[in-house]
This record gives sequence, C-alpha cells and structure tokens, in this order.
Amino acid sequence: MNIKQNIKTLIVEKPLKLDCGQTINNFPLAYETYGSLNNEKDNAILVFHALTGDQFVTGINPVTKKDGWWSYAVGSGKSIDTDKYFVICANVIGGCMGSFGPSHENPKTKKIYGTDFPVITINDMVNAQINLLDFFGIKKLFSVVGGSMGGMQVLQFISNYPDKAKTAVPIACTSSHSAQNIAFNELGRQAIAADHNWSEGNYNSKNIVPDKGLAVARMAAHITYLSKKGLQEKFGRKLQERDDLKFGFDADFQIESYLRYQGSVFVDRFDANSYLYITRAMDYFDLVKQFNGNLSDAFKNTRAKFFIISFTSDWLYPTQENKDIVIALNAIGANVGFVEIESDKGHDSFLLNVPDFLKALKNFLDKSYAEKIS
Amino acid sequence: MKPEYKIISNLIEKNAKVLDVGCDDGTLMEFLKTNKNVNIRGIEISKEKVQTCIAKGLTVIEGNAEFDLKQFPNDSFEYVVLGQTLQAFINPEIVIKELLRVGKKAIVTIPNFGHWKVRLNLLFKGTMPITNSLPHNWYNTPNIHMCTIKDFVRFSKIINFKIFKSLALINENVSDINNSNLIFKNLFGELGIFLIEK
Repeated sequence: MNIKQNIKTLIVEKPLKLDCGQTINNFPLAYETYGSLNNEKDNAILVFHALTGDQFVTGINPVTKKDGWWSYAVGSGKSIDTDKYFVICANVIGGCMGSFGPSHENPKTKKIYGTDFPVITINDMVNAQINLLDFFGIKKLFSVVGGSMGGMQVLQFISNYPDKAKTAVPIACTSSHSAQNIAFNELGRQAIAADHNWSEGNYNSKNIVPDKGLAVARMAAHITYLSKKGLQEKFGRKLQERDDLKFGFDADFQIESYLRYQGSVFVDRFDANSYLYITRAMDYFDLVKQFNGNLSDAFKNTRAKFFIISFTSDWLYPTQENKDIVIALNAIGANVGFVEIESDKGHDSFLLNVPDFLKALKNFLDKSYAEKIS
Repeated sequence: MKPEYKIISNLIEKNAKVLDVGCDDGTLMEFLKTNKNVNIRGIEISKEKVQTCIAKGLTVIEGNAEFDLKQFPNDSFEYVVLGQTLQAFINPEIVIKELLRVGKKAIVTIPNFGHWKVRLNLLFKGTMPITNSLPHNWYNTPNIHMCTIKDFVRFSKIINFKIFKSLALINENVSDINNSNLIFKNLFGELGIFLIEK
C-alpha cells in the first residue's frame, strides 16, 4: 500500500487544538476533488466519508483499484453531479489514506505513532477540514453531505461553522452514539487488540500486521451494516460450493464465506490502528451533551437548509435517531426536510444503488442550487 | 389544481410563514409560494408524495400530523393549513388543538357530509353514500370521522375555538356562511373552508 505519491495533500500549517488537549500543526490532510469550481465559487460540496471510507469518492480509487465508495451517488449526471458541482472530500485525520494518522512518523521520536497518536474526535476532523475552504478560496460551500460517520461530521460542521454551508445533508446518522453503537465498536477494537500481531499498537516497527484481528472487526461491523431480511434474501442457508454440510469449521455457508472475504479484502486497504482511532472518535460523538442536553442549540446560529434522510431497515442508526435531529431543528424553526427511504439493504443503503434515495438526494441538491439560496 | 386552493390563498397574507399539514404532492404549497411569496413547509405521510415534493424543491417532512406536530413550538407559523383530512384522523379534537397551538391561525377545509347528494344517497339507497368527493366504500374509506358544515360550526363551540371566516364552495363558487344561511349552505356546500383561531 505504498502507492501514495499521487495523493493530493494539503499541509495544514495553522495549529489545531484537539479535544484531547494536544495541539497539532504542519499536518497533512489528504484530499481529492471532482468536477470544477465555478467563477463565483458557489458550487462546492464538501463530502465527508464514513468509518472506512477515504477521499476517493468516485471513479477508480488509485490505491485499491476499485470503484470509489460513493460511485453510485457521485459522478457525471448522478445525485451529486460532478458536471455541476465541485466535490471535495478529505481523508479524516486519524485515517490511513494520507491524512495525519497513527501510521505516520512521530517527528519527535522518529518512530511510527501507533497508539502514541492523539485520540481524535469528530470535532477535530471537521476543524481540520475547514482549512480546505481557505485553500480553495471558498467563502461558503453550497452543501455539506455525508452518511453514517460522514453525517456526524455534517452536523458537527454546521454547528462549528454555521455560516459556511448553504445546505446540509446528514444521512443515516445520529447526533449521539448509542450504547449499542459503542458496543459494536468495542467488539471490533477488542478483536484487533486480541491479535498477537497488534503488539500494543507497535506492529509497524515489527513489519507485521494484526490482519486476523482487523478482519474479525470488519466481519462483525459488516453484519451491522446489513439487515436481517437483506441477509436472508441474499444468502439464506445456501451452502458454499458444496452439496452438503461437511461437519467441520470451514465456511459451509455462503454467508460465512462472504464475511471471510469481506474481512480479508479489508485488511489490504485499512490500518488497524486507524480503525481503533476512528471508531473511538465515533463513540465520543455526542452533540447533545456538547450542548448540555439541548441539540437545538447546536444549530441555533445557522440558516442552512437541511435535508435529513434515513432508511427503514437501518438498525444501526435507526430512523428515530435521525428524526431526533429533525425535531431539534424544527424546535428552532430551521429549514428542514426529512424522508425515510424504503430499503431492505440496512445501514449500507446509502452506499448502494437505492434509486429512491439517489433520486431524493439529487432533487434536493439540484432544486436548492437552482433556487440560489444564500 | 383543486378549486379551493385559490380561496385558501386569498385567506393568507403575503410573506407569511405557513405549514401545510398533509401537503400531498405540494400543489398548494407551490401555488402559495408563487402567489403569496410565503415561507412554506409541509408534512406528508406518503413517501411517494414526499418524493414528489422534494422534486419540486419544497421543504417537506415525512410524518403523521397526529404525532409529528408536537415537535413544533407554539406559534411557529402564522397559518397552518389542513386540507380535507380532518375526517381521517383518529382524534380530530387533538388535531385542531395542535393546529392552533403550532399556528396563530389555521385554515381547515372539510368535505361536507351534509350535502344534499349525500343525504339523498343514504335516504334512497340506504347504503353509505359514495360521491365524487367521497369515492370510498364504508369498509375501505380513510374518512372515519365525517362531519357536516353545521357539525364543524358546533364543534367550534364544543372545543372552544373561534371561526374567523367560514366559506362554502358550491359549483366552484365561493360564498360566506353565516348564522342565517347555515341550513342552506349545509345542504348545498360541497366543501366548507374555515379560517379559525384559538
């Protein structure tokens, strides 16, 4: 995974005080853009990626050689139309696609950070990414859009920078990570920590990777992204390349084989320590607590037009948690629309070909852009 | 476009903040936006219709008026519109009270069950009336609380709200309803349109 010389990187010189108390500066923020910024500089959309995403939103990811994670939604003529909008996406800090993260070298010790890397938060992530606006000379974004952890960043961004985006689209997310969300993330972290290769986070210096632990973490998480109905319809009890049960512990069932595959491809592209740091950032996310129990206060200074989207079969960030954001916005008379999309594809619906979702997102953005709202 | 939309628009002041409860495909919202330059929001229970509204660039929340109005603070809107859906709610009293809590004024339209065609239908056929504006059978109708224009006027006294203006729609013509012509309007009005206040 050392083909990273083609990655665009902004070196953020300005000091950034992290929530943990440490201050970082001169740190790299890797980003990618699609489409072109118009003369008025009013067509920019900042897309935030989810836990295991990166800045390569669409097209072929130059590192993994696979389709970008949001290829269904972003591209020419698509929901986020790159013929019309200038799409920017940055790898979150703490990530492993070029932005400042635990696999970077600590300039003081000349060693890879590992778990010496500071714990980062969703707040830190958006505070790092705001620098991209100055870099491109954008006074106000047309929109901030993201699903899952990307949606959390949308909420935090609007709260921190109420006049920096005209529209905001948080998708399949929450304003506060639930006990169940934290529990699943902890399961993943413990799977990594239980891998002997993890070596308390110092695997880089030993030239080994905790791939087994990371794969198990991914397998467990992957189940939470799908719905029971979706899994049953796709796999049921179908057997994997065999006519009968083998009375052993190989992957008899297709679902087992599928999950093992998902785990194995994930370890090729993702860093175990980044997985620890980013899941921790999600767990610490609690915008409700940040505003002393009143979520409305997070948005009281913004005039942004919101569009909130949830999915019927998403049990990880269920409709009610998305609706709580709608309720908080209505309580202060904010401009907010909301739709729950019918889909049996679970939390992953926002990443997949779900026509009703893609249509709603496109219509909201295109109509709002045509309105020339300020 | 339904004939009453123009009448509703005439009851609304320019630039007002308006909520359309059960906004359907957003036709009225668009009409009010164009004609009265209102700042308008909608609530709609059907996902399909919410999609239609989004495609028109309207701000709509998917939701149920019976449960989802509570999220709005008191007096959030100058007008709240409820078009021909009061009869479909389990508890119309709560809905009216919620409309008048959320809005300073409310505009409620009701299909008049006291119309002569409805009365004749029941009198001669002896079956639940089916008319152009009430096309369902008794067993599949969403309209579980039908009322007449007269019933609604009485309702205002029972649950204590003020009727600021009441209009009847007869053959696409609009006319005022008052105490002296109530019996007549209740017989010939197809639709009652009421501007109400707390």
